[in-house]
Amino acid sequence: MLNKLRRILTVGSVAMAVWATPLFAETELRMTWYNDGIEGEVMRSLLDRFEAQNSDIKVNLDVVPYKSIMESLPVQLAAGDGPDLARVTDLGGLSKYYMDLRPYLNDAGYWEKSFGPFLKWLRQPGDTSAISGFMTQLTVTGPYVNKTLFEQAEVPMPGKGATWDDWAKASKQVADKLEIPIPMAWDRSGHRVSGPAIAMGAKMFDGSGEPALVDEGLKRMTQRLYDWHQQGIMAKELWGSVSGSAYLGANEDFTNAQVVMYMSGSWQIPQFAKNIGDAFDWWAVPAPCGPAACTGMPGGAALVAIKDTKHPEEVAKLMDWLAQEENLAEFYGRTLFIPGHLGLAEKGVDFDTDDPRAKHALETFAGAVPGISPTAFDLQGYVYNRVMFNALISRLNEAIMGELTLDQAYERMEQDIQQQIAEKKRGS
Amino acid sequence: MNSELAQHSQFKDAETGQLHLKILITWPLFLLFRFIEWPMKRLQSLLGLGPMPYVFLLPNLCFFGLFVVLPLFVNFAFSLTGGTNLYLDDRTFTGTEQYAFLLDCGNYADPLSCREDRFWKGLFNTATFITLQLTFLVLFSLITALVLNKKIQARGFFRSVYFFPVLLSPVVVALIWKWILLRDGILNAWLVELGFDKILFFVSPAWAMFWAIFISIWAHMGFYTLIILAGLQAIPPDLYEAAEMDGTKQERIFWRITLPLLWPNLLVVIVLALIKGVQTFDEVYVLTGGGPGTATQFIVQYIYNTGFTNQIQNFGLAAAASVILGVVLFGLTMLQLAATRWKDNG
Repeated sequence: MLNKLRRILTVGSVAMAVWATPLFAETELRMTWYNDGIEGEVMRSLLDRFEAQNSDIKVNLDVVPYKSIMESLPVQLAAGDGPDLARVTDLGGLSKYYMDLRPYLNDAGYWEKSFGPFLKWLRQPGDTSAISGFMTQLTVTGPYVNKTLFEQAEVPMPGKGATWDDWAKASKQVADKLEIPIPMAWDRSGHRVSGPAIAMGAKMFDGSGEPALVDEGLKRMTQRLYDWHQQGIMAKELWGSVSGSAYLGANEDFTNAQVVMYMSGSWQIPQFAKNIGDAFDWWAVPAPCGPAACTGMPGGAALVAIKDTKHPEEVAKLMDWLAQEENLAEFYGRTLFIPGHLGLAEKGVDFDTDDPRAKHALETFAGAVPGISPTAFDLQGYVYNRVMFNALISRLNEAIMGELTLDQAYERMEQDIQQQIAEKKRGS
Repeated sequence: MNSELAQHSQFKDAETGQLHLKILITWPLFLLFRFIEWPMKRLQSLLGLGPMPYVFLLPNLCFFGLFVVLPLFVNFAFSLTGGTNLYLDDRTFTGTEQYAFLLDCGNYADPLSCREDRFWKGLFNTATFITLQLTFLVLFSLITALVLNKKIQARGFFRSVYFFPVLLSPVVVALIWKWILLRDGILNAWLVELGFDKILFFVSPAWAMFWAIFISIWAHMGFYTLIILAGLQAIPPDLYEAAEMDGTKQERIFWRITLPLLWPNLLVVIVLALIKGVQTFDEVYVLTGGGPGTATQFIVQYIYNTGFTNQIQNFGLAAAASVILGVVLFGLTMLQLAATRWKDNG
């Protein structure tokens, strides 16, 4: 009896040990993620495949609102309580928290070759070698128009080389004819305003590379934005209905055909393809021109490794796997994102859509990349660009709503930037 | 232990003889007292009776101190530092520099003359909001309580209706009203139906402030009505009967009996509403985002923006603004207490 009991206990213990070994050996990684469209779903399917190939690593995808990425994640990282990986858009601003994957990579050359110009967006000032992540999407800011409305109003769409004034005028004509409430809408975002400002001649930096937001080029663009709001070409309720530097998009208004022209960016494509479908022809158009350039702003979201991780090798293994060309081709193709991988950008991605509008928009934005102004690239790469964007958007908004004159707004923009950067330099 | 307790007649139902529900509530306390009886007796024999109240206060004081008093000191310490580090040890000591920055004004009545104009705009907006909200909130709550205290039909139903918004979360309240007030919301649909033009409520500063106040009153009035109602019901009815027998007019009854006896409850309402008013953030943040411009950006939102939403998170400045807000609140509370004392003595 005792022998039988002993035998059962022994067999049971061995069985438990065999069953439990993989559980105890499993490394759990946390990836903080936000969604513009279906990319969370696509990432999860890739992670499932990775987990199947690496049974000792489990990846939890924590999907949070974009606001959390902007506001909560930096505090978590500062407190040393962040995830192992995160999808971020403040690329340079958070760079001090990124892990350098280079010592763990099998082939750092592949990363340099594939993501070359974008790697420096993720580096600390002065750092020329760190590899911290890759772009889950490259974005380009630019306008969409409701082509159907133009056709119904029988107003010709301005062609290539048209200026912002041409588009504003044409949008107003369409809106007036068809009683559309908002002729033109821009996302409430400094990133959105900066491209057109550069097109108008804004330099953004002085000779020594320090931020110099307010110049004649910026004034030319902001004066237009101010005037368009007063003239009813842009709706005060979009820019006015929040304060400070809060982001506000007009994608719902555009989707509901309440907007003739919408200045946003390439990340809206999957959402428009899904939500507008063929309700009307939505068309991406090339960035309108100013005297200096016809440019939008580059940008995007990167997946980065966080240096506080307790599992650097596993994180690097996952990043290396995700960054492989075939996996990224699938990711970009299914999500309808412009590739942030040079090889794929050259070869072209087989986008998973039959929607001619989405295809046209992807071609338009991808085609805009070579024409992006070097100033725009510099601004995107500048570590404190959000300080400049926030000052621009909040103070301009106060001027538009009549709380400041434009000149007072310019003065405040410069003060805000100086004060914040001085605070940063005081100790970090 | 249970059987011992069950023997006690107060734990048995008089009719059925079954254990009363009270036993479930009282037996853990009974156990607790049994458990601490001996150490307390020993402590009392050592210390005497005098310090015993402090012994009982000590555990809660430790808890309160850890989660309330200590953060206050940490916040004050943060306000004397600069830089962007989260840990106090790593921050640069700046003395009163953050305060000097906030208080640097050409003319305190004009926020634009101040270096940190948004801080002052936040203070002015908060003051405007509190003044109007508090006045109307107390007035409407009082009127509603007086009506609900009468013997009207479906009184219970009306009391529930007025209390219902209190149960909703501030974010839900703001979203409901946002859907009503947006350009294509229900209210504008009605206006158009009636032949009026749409009103863009969130574009006009005056409208935005009006709705922030209105919605705040709508959401919280039920709670304050309930407090006043409790006060009204505590007034002895024979006072009214005596007054009516003397042929006193209703207005005189209100001014001479109801209002003086209701004063302690009204004071509670005023203090609570004032504190709640200063803390206002979530409802208005979701409703207007602080806009248009900075028209509904209150002081708490300024602190939040400064500390958390800017790319360079200025915890020192946010902490200094919190301290100033705390001082203002402390001043208001003292004023309130002085007024009460004066009223009681007077």
